[in-house]
Amino acid sequence: MKIPEVQDKPRDVREDLLDVRGLSVAVRAGRSWRTLVDGVDLAIGGGEAVGLVGESGSGKSMTARALLGLTPPGARVTGDIAFDSDQVTTMNRRALRELRARRVAMVFQDPRAHINPVRSVGDFLTEAMIANLGVAAAEAHARAVRLLADVGIPDGERRLRQYPHELSGGLLQRVMIASVLAVEPDLVLADEPTTALDVTTQSEVMAILDELRRERGMAMLLITHDLALAAATCDRISVMYAGRIVETQPSTTLTATPRHPYTSGLMLSRPSIDTVADRLPVIPGRPVAAFESGEGCAFEPRCGHAKPHCRDLRPPVQDVEGARVACVRAGELTLRGDVDV
Amino acid sequence: MTALDTVRPRGGFRLPRPGPALRRLGPLGTGAAVLLAAVLATTLLAPVVAPYDPNRPDLFNALAGASPAHLLGGDALGRDVLSRLMWGARTTLSGPLLIIFLSTTIGTTLAITAAWAGGKVDAVVSRLLDVLFAVPGIVFALVAVAVLGPGVPGVVLGLTIAYTPYVARVVRSAALRERQLPYIAAAWVQGRSAVGICVRHLLPNLRPLIVAQSVSALGFAVIDLAAISFLGLGVQPPTADWGLMVKSGLDSATRGQPLEALGAGLLIALVVAAVNILGDRIGREEGELR
Amino acid sequence: MRFLLRRLAGLAVVLVVASFLVYGLLYLVPGGPMAFLLGNRSGTPEQIAAIREQYRLDDPFLVRYLAWLGDAVQGDFGSSLVYRQDVSALLTARGTTTALLVGYATAVIVVVGVAAGTVAGLRPGRADAVISTLSSASLAVPTFVIGVLLVIVFALGLGWFPVFGPGEGFLGRLHHLTLPAITLSLGSAAFLARITRASVREELGREHVETARSRGLAERHVIRRHVLRNASIPVVTVTGLTVAGLLAGSVVVENVFALDGLGSLFVRAILQRDFAVVQAVVLVLVTAFVLVNLVVDLCCKALDPRLSR
Repeated sequence: MKIPEVQDKPRDVREDLLDVRGLSVAVRAGRSWRTLVDGVDLAIGGGEAVGLVGESGSGKSMTARALLGLTPPGARVTGDIAFDSDQVTTMNRRALRELRARRVAMVFQDPRAHINPVRSVGDFLTEAMIANLGVAAAEAHARAVRLLADVGIPDGERRLRQYPHELSGGLLQRVMIASVLAVEPDLVLADEPTTALDVTTQSEVMAILDELRRERGMAMLLITHDLALAAATCDRISVMYAGRIVETQPSTTLTATPRHPYTSGLMLSRPSIDTVADRLPVIPGRPVAAFESGEGCAFEPRCGHAKPHCRDLRPPVQDVEGARVACVRAGELTLRGDVDV
Repeated sequence: MTALDTVRPRGGFRLPRPGPALRRLGPLGTGAAVLLAAVLATTLLAPVVAPYDPNRPDLFNALAGASPAHLLGGDALGRDVLSRLMWGARTTLSGPLLIIFLSTTIGTTLAITAAWAGGKVDAVVSRLLDVLFAVPGIVFALVAVAVLGPGVPGVVLGLTIAYTPYVARVVRSAALRERQLPYIAAAWVQGRSAVGICVRHLLPNLRPLIVAQSVSALGFAVIDLAAISFLGLGVQPPTADWGLMVKSGLDSATRGQPLEALGAGLLIALVVAAVNILGDRIGREEGELR
Repeated sequence: MRFLLRRLAGLAVVLVVASFLVYGLLYLVPGGPMAFLLGNRSGTPEQIAAIREQYRLDDPFLVRYLAWLGDAVQGDFGSSLVYRQDVSALLTARGTTTALLVGYATAVIVVVGVAAGTVAGLRPGRADAVISTLSSASLAVPTFVIGVLLVIVFALGLGWFPVFGPGEGFLGRLHHLTLPAITLSLGSAAFLARITRASVREELGREHVETARSRGLAERHVIRRHVLRNASIPVVTVTGLTVAGLLAGSVVVENVFALDGLGSLFVRAILQRDFAVVQAVVLVLVTAFVLVNLVVDLCCKALDPRLSR
């Protein structure tokens, strides 16, 4: 994978474009509530890229949707989400629409499902420009062609007339990225933007997304299960397990010195091109969702370093040499990081 | 009528596992099952439970309203409406059951043959089904009546032809899907014959689908046969039949006695609703099994 | 274009098969065509000769069929034994009533069925429960029973509508056709409401709708341009099939209300063994049925770009 190296942070870093504190999301299941996201703290500065890494079911997608007020109807959202010091959780419909229309945009995982199949690519690209930004149709059309060129689709005029089923997954995801760039938002939420694509086009699409958002000074929250991808693309990484963030560190230090046993386990269980392993180390057991976990540390049943008291109390987040870690043993453990990142 | 009677015990809507199935039917489904059971019991017990001879005219009872002696009054000829409704259940239900039995048997055979043989056989059968689909079902029945003359045999023949393509289309696509599954290949490798595999393996696996399909088709068959009898082309007077009774009841209604039309119409609607509810439940269960 | 040609060819095949069957059936009747055509009437030798002449019973079967088909294509279906006039003239006179009835019912179905289904799909809760219950109930009641109930309640009981007959002038005809049209459309409207509800629900849950919402588009815009637009594809298909079904349903309804349409002509022709009329009506019904299906397919292709390639 050739991914642009992390460069210097953009100069105009505003502190905390997005500031999330104690975010919890629960949905109804019959009579009881099921917690999917549990007390998430997250901060993203202007122009900064943050990775949110976790396995499926860890609540990372739901976290991203909560940032846009896109939780399923009837879901209970608590905690506060401040975007540019405006509270998202208490916004009325108009303010929420304004937020989605101009300031925060989302790239979804599966472009084939997330783009209306019966409307043309041109309709998809110009729709938001015309409806939200009040751009004239002809102007929107011209802009769409330029945007397609920006994401590496040269024959824009022809593509605009085509329908989603006539485009490959990789092309379609570029169209989705172009549609996000069209509104020049301050923050891009990228929900597993390459997972549904062919392996060969994954790195290309990721590179385009990362390059263009840097050029335009947009911040990004990259949601992925791929720690290496996040490390290569993002300034900072938060690792999520069972609806909670277990560790946050700058990418460079996280890969070298993970502080949470789960982070370390994630790195070690990845196959590497450089080393030959007879058998990959795996994290025993299966991942759990937030509502399935007990009183104490959610990772305790699968943790090789667990002590009896891990089960009793939810580990508080502590600072360990610049890392924020939710593990009571974080200070005393020395964990292996990834060798080849 | 004897030919029809032999079919009833094999009727399409018997539930596969009565005990647990009934519990899963829910209150509405149980109500539907109970109603159908009551109607079926009436078809068998009509001679015992009907208070009067359904065909005996009684001038004093002609177009009479409800009375203690005649709970639903009398029709234009003074025949007891309640007794005619009880006897009418026989003709109203036996025809549709025969139609469903025949069309399911023929349709399933065609479909499995086509799906199994594939190639030319499949192409021919599919084209044939397409052509049959191009004609509305009731037209088949009416044409058959035009040739054979008014009466139950023509209608049963016509509706069987009309219903067969629906069964065949559903079963064919399911059989095609099922054929791909490894257990068929496994049986094939074991050296079983094609017919043996179809009968012993394929058919049992398609059974839930076929049952669900027949039950929902039964509702349509009841409606279609009653409609044709209503037109005067199906069951012939003086036989008691619900469709016919709606027809004669319409005349009685214009003369002030609506109970005959209302009773027969309501019974048809209830039976169809009950059959549809059961079909829906069975279909849903079949969906869950997949 | 090629699609259209292929479909038209298919249509021609269906019509040829249907006409052949309809014509050939005459010869399957026990006793042969002569017994059938005479029916219960005992014919004088002159009449028998006239029938032999009219139906060309002395020519070989295929020759007769082709001659009949040639005439039929030109709109000449022979003459009715019972009515003693040209079948085509009968058809035109009766066809108007049926066309009016089916058109009226179609309007009712589309307006009521699609509207109710959309409301039920978009607003879960009470509206949905009421509409779903009503549609389940109307689906179970056969058309002729609905017709009889409506006659008993609205014509005999309340006296709002005439019971039978065609009516005078256009408005009069509409007034007279109201109960029949409602009768004909109720079950189909209920069915269409169900389909509409289901497809609106399904589209509401689609990922691309989430995308549209995530882009800050107004809810009205999302519903109209994405949910309803996409849900319209199955709805149009089912509407078309339903309208085709109305052609068959009109046979029953015309008999309930004693309307002089194709359906009542058809039933009377069957009872009176007026075979020229039976053949013609079947061909007309099948043609209309197949044509409606063709129009539906064309609409679907226009609505769904995934189908055109």
